[in-house]
Amino acid sequence: MLFFSYFKELVGKEVTVELKNDLAIRGTLHSVDQYLNIKLENTCVVDQDKYPHMLSVRNCFIRGSVVRYVLLPQDGVDIDILHDATRREARGG
Amino acid sequence: MASGSPALEPLVDQVISVITNDGRNIVGTLRGFDQATNIILDESHERVYSRKEGVQQLVLGLYIIRGDNISVVGEVDEELDSRLDMSKLRAHPLKPVIH
Repeated sequence: MLFFSYFKELVGKEVTVELKNDLAIRGTLHSVDQYLNIKLENTCVVDQDKYPHMLSVRNCFIRGSVVRYVLLPQDGVDIDILHDATRREARGG
Repeated sequence: MASGSPALEPLVDQVISVITNDGRNIVGTLRGFDQATNIILDESHERVYSRKEGVQQLVLGLYIIRGDNISVVGEVDEELDSRLDMSKLRAHPLKPVIH
């Protein structure tokens, strides 16, 4: 639940999602659900010359199970809050 | 649009581009979906990318794709899509997903 809540806080921010097939997609985070499926708006593929497969796609849905990394904006992490939340989660609520 | 969940509801009856875990790219009209991202695609075709020649389009028809096998579902902007010259696009096929 912690990461679900965390990603919900990031809605509206610019993120880059790297997939397990090495494709990296940059866009504005539109929404996240319990499976950590992600919807991005205004997307562009990071290496468009190598991956022209999504040239006509501006909005996309990414299945949570294929996400390798989510690269966050610099101001997207408040380490103190995240530390506290992580400890609370580790104690079991 | 409500920014609650990223369900595929707004894409129903629209043209979408699906990238599967084995690296295939299938384009068609979304007719239905469920919780597990299983998808019903109508009038679908596969776009086959290669280094040697332009994109080939293979007609598939009505398809159901199991959610386990789906990586990305993209909303196709039909205007952008019609401007693409598929015969000139060259690219390596996408790599399969490795979990």
